[in-house]
Amino acid sequence: MRLVFLAAACASIALVAMICVFLFGNGLPTIFKIGVTDFFFGQTWRPNNDLYGILPMILGSAYVTLGAIVVGVPIGILTAVFMARFCPESMYKFLKPAVELLAGIPSVVYGFFGLVVMVPFIRDNIGGTGSSMLTASLLLGMMILPTLISVAEAALRAVPNSYYEGALALGAGHVRSVFFTIVPAAKSGIMAAIILGLGRAVGETMAVIMVAGNQARMPQGLLEGVRTMTTNIVIEMGYAADMHRDALIATAVVLFVFILIINLTFSYLKGKVVQQ
Amino acid sequence: MMNLSKTLYRYGRDPVSIALLVCVFVSAVVTFMSLAFLLGYILMQGIPNINLDLFAFEYNTQNVSLFPALVDTVIMVLLALAIATPLGIFAAIYLVEYASRDNKIVGVVRVTADTLSGIPSIVYGLFGMLFFVTYLKWSYSLLAGSCTVAIMILPLIMRTTEEALKAIPDSYREGSYGLGAGKLRTVFAIVLPSAIPGILAGVILGIGRIVGETAALMYTSGTVAALPHDVFSSGRTLAVHMYVLASEGLFMKQAYATAVILVVIVIAINAVSSYMARKLMKGN
Repeated sequence: MRLVFLAAACASIALVAMICVFLFGNGLPTIFKIGVTDFFFGQTWRPNNDLYGILPMILGSAYVTLGAIVVGVPIGILTAVFMARFCPESMYKFLKPAVELLAGIPSVVYGFFGLVVMVPFIRDNIGGTGSSMLTASLLLGMMILPTLISVAEAALRAVPNSYYEGALALGAGHVRSVFFTIVPAAKSGIMAAIILGLGRAVGETMAVIMVAGNQARMPQGLLEGVRTMTTNIVIEMGYAADMHRDALIATAVVLFVFILIINLTFSYLKGKVVQQ
Repeated sequence: MMNLSKTLYRYGRDPVSIALLVCVFVSAVVTFMSLAFLLGYILMQGIPNINLDLFAFEYNTQNVSLFPALVDTVIMVLLALAIATPLGIFAAIYLVEYASRDNKIVGVVRVTADTLSGIPSIVYGLFGMLFFVTYLKWSYSLLAGSCTVAIMILPLIMRTTEEALKAIPDSYREGSYGLGAGKLRTVFAIVLPSAIPGILAGVILGIGRIVGETAALMYTSGTVAALPHDVFSSGRTLAVHMYVLASEGLFMKQAYATAVILVVIVIAINAVSSYMARKLMKGN
């Protein structure tokens, strides 16, 4: 029986290995066949003409993620501070499940909300067609909030209360004590929260596809449509064949490597928190 | 409100504190208002569009029934749980009950489980398509889809079961050994039953993830909107159904209604899961 348990525990190792084998096995040869520079720095994605440059999608993912961070991080971290240090107990009972609910809402529902509320709003009030980098950033910023809040809140709560009491004893008020002793002490945990949010934003697909416009060209501006790596795969996989299909798998390989880097950074930061 | 004005008065001479305080409250309001607005909007727009046609036995363009998708979702959840739950629980049992502290495998398992939980669902979808659909020749099928989502929820079930097992006091185990029970009997008769609320909380969260999943299923289980014959037929879950409706743009009313059903399921799942978790906390 011990061996059965051991085998079950090793399943996750085997699965990661298999995912790597299947993705890299299909993707890497394609990247070399297309040419590493042509693939990573090619500015045109036109599968009909055998042009497979994914720079537009890499930049699309990067800009949209950056936008999500700009929108989500200040609000998320400050809300985490609120949850950890400002929220009355009676309110916390309702707000904590609310954050969990925010995390539980399916991304397709977020996408739908973006499609029927945010896209028309931006079209009518800011300009453009509404399906744009800005819309995608706002929606993603909202979607990463629960991740940011729960990880950052846990980090803030892990700071020993003596820090806070020490600050109070030195004459600082509640706000100053929280922001100038507790928040700096939870720095690595907050960074970990941001990194995890970053990973969520890079990997998000279905919500982005519904609000980003998805034009496969170099990003043109905040109010123009963009296509990310994730949406590129979903949109074209349905009808892709041969080289085109392999190029999409290669796109997934690039995405996968980005995510691995982000995850490793996250584990490193989490390890640092534990050490403290 | 009294409290707030009192606080503001106290910080009268410290603009930094006031600015930070305002930022904190504004952020909290923005976060929770956006949740309330999203839920309110979906429910208000969707509930009037729910009608009996949506639950017709068969899907056609007249009724745009979500019933087949609902059946597919249930089958998908059951299949995926049948795969992921035993695997996740057994793995957690090994990590908590059997592995010694300096066991090298444990570290590797942790790292790979963390990696699995960070992989975006579209990457799972592609892997499922390459492995289950193409390599194993299952074609677009409920089985391929459920295997894919089973891998997705495996780390979640492992983690929550691990936490639940760790929360069981050692005195339970010692008592069991003291009465002459062996290791295996202790695990299955004493430790696991006491950890059930925690394990269930994880399993229910896993159900929530499967119900909401779209990207991993489009190219593994496909988008056919009919009742399945067996596990090898293709079928769309509710979330995929909703995505197809919304992106076609022809049946927006039904899309709203489907969104309501999805949101209600998610709210119910969250409520049950946190109830279980609370029960576990009280148990100790």
